[in-house]
Amino acid sequence: MEMIDTILQGVLLGGVYALFALGLSLIFGVMRLVNLAHGDFIVLAAFMVLTATTSAGLSLPVATLLTVVAMFATGFALQRLVLQRVLGDDILPPLLITFGLSIAIQNGLLLTFGADSRRLDAGSFETRSIEVLQGLNIGLAPLSALIVAVAAILVLQIVFYRTSLGRAFRATSDNPQIAQLMGIDHRNVYAVAVGLSLAVSVIAAVALGIRANFDPAIGPARLLYAFEAVIIGGLGSLWGTLAGGVVLGVAQTLGARVNPEWQILAGHLAFLLVLFLRPRGLFPARRP
Amino acid sequence: MTVLLATHGLDAFYGDFQALFGIDFELRRGEAVAVVGANGAGKSTFLKSLAGLLRNRRDMIHLFGREIGDRPAPEIVRMGLALVPEGRQLFPSLSVEENLLVGAYGGERRSPWTLQTVYDLFPLLRERRNGNVTVMSGGQQQMIAIGRALMSNPHVLLCDELSLGLAPIVIEDIYRLIPRIRAADTSIVIVEQDVARALRSVDRFYCLQEGRITLTGRPAEVDFATIRQAYFGT
Repeated sequence: MEMIDTILQGVLLGGVYALFALGLSLIFGVMRLVNLAHGDFIVLAAFMVLTATTSAGLSLPVATLLTVVAMFATGFALQRLVLQRVLGDDILPPLLITFGLSIAIQNGLLLTFGADSRRLDAGSFETRSIEVLQGLNIGLAPLSALIVAVAAILVLQIVFYRTSLGRAFRATSDNPQIAQLMGIDHRNVYAVAVGLSLAVSVIAAVALGIRANFDPAIGPARLLYAFEAVIIGGLGSLWGTLAGGVVLGVAQTLGARVNPEWQILAGHLAFLLVLFLRPRGLFPARRP
Repeated sequence: MTVLLATHGLDAFYGDFQALFGIDFELRRGEAVAVVGANGAGKSTFLKSLAGLLRNRRDMIHLFGREIGDRPAPEIVRMGLALVPEGRQLFPSLSVEENLLVGAYGGERRSPWTLQTVYDLFPLLRERRNGNVTVMSGGQQQMIAIGRALMSNPHVLLCDELSLGLAPIVIEDIYRLIPRIRAADTSIVIVEQDVARALRSVDRFYCLQEGRITLTGRPAEVDFATIRQAYFGT
């Protein structure tokens, strides 16, 4: 029973990691761009939700919704005004820009909010749990995070494979120049992709903020987990990213069960093991 | 007849390299025109300039009487000019039907070409609508590329090297479609290395050599020796 409990908790933790990784996977899938500031955008979103709830006194859902809109706009503007200028055959300039953004966001948050650890207040929701079996409890907050992760992937999958915007995403990802011949303005497609990515990272931020403390400096560590989830799952596959998050989560809780000091290490070992056995990840996107 | 597309003294550059020198060109409504020339004569550069993939001076290219030389490709598609690119260039992560649908992304007109009428033109594609485009034959891929361009319902269709890498019998199948496309009030520019094949399907032609027009006329009025002279320059 204890073993089942450990694995279950790992799966739930994996839901949070998948949420971290979704935005990263999305941008990479469409633009072949690795956003090194992704973790910091999650932390930025967490602070925005925190400010909206504490200073403006909004409820958590309203604050989240407002932040989603604000972050979509931020992502759209970031792409059109900054990243678009450096996108090209050379992958280094955009990488350096996102690296710089990471530093700027961390220090901006430090300047504004100080180095204290914060937490989002979700009231009794944080601690409530449901008993699935005798002696087996599931926290409502982690369960919601997993459900939201699955729902977010479902929505993104529908957008990608059932809509004209999704066809534009995939066509641009295949060949941006030929996509222009179809009347697709690749700059707008990229801007919507970055906007969506940051909007999804708000959901990750709320899941993070309810579950654990955050401070301006933890972004890069979240980025690392997100990276690992994306690579374990296979580049460019959203369901793979969910699987990657779950593998990472289960490995960490199993490691922690053996010895609490091993939690992080076990996650990294699982990552290395997958890299060793299946270098392209568990579910690599079909790519000719 | 109305002039749909025209260039006036079009110069085009790849970086510092000048690929086209003072091209004067005209396509009138209902016409099919060929641009022939050897490898490196500037044919593809010419089409890329027309389609907006290469930006030029604004007044060098006119489409429906408007200056479009500096307009980006997505805007030009919306105005009613579509390009079938050299080597098909289908989207590998999209199915056959999705490749066709993505072609309608920027089209303003909704007729006569729809998924149904394109499938009527290429019945084979209807059977394989959910198929993977990367495993299809060159001829089938060329059909998808043409269908994809038609889905934007262009007034002007540019075709770059339709015959490239295809078997002669397949090339004939593809060229047999040209009258049906013209019947739908679409004027056509065909770029080919295969001069004889191109000249059999067009009203007029231009011959390019090293970025300059060396000959223009109607296929019936020019003898082959003159064309060879204009084509090779010897």
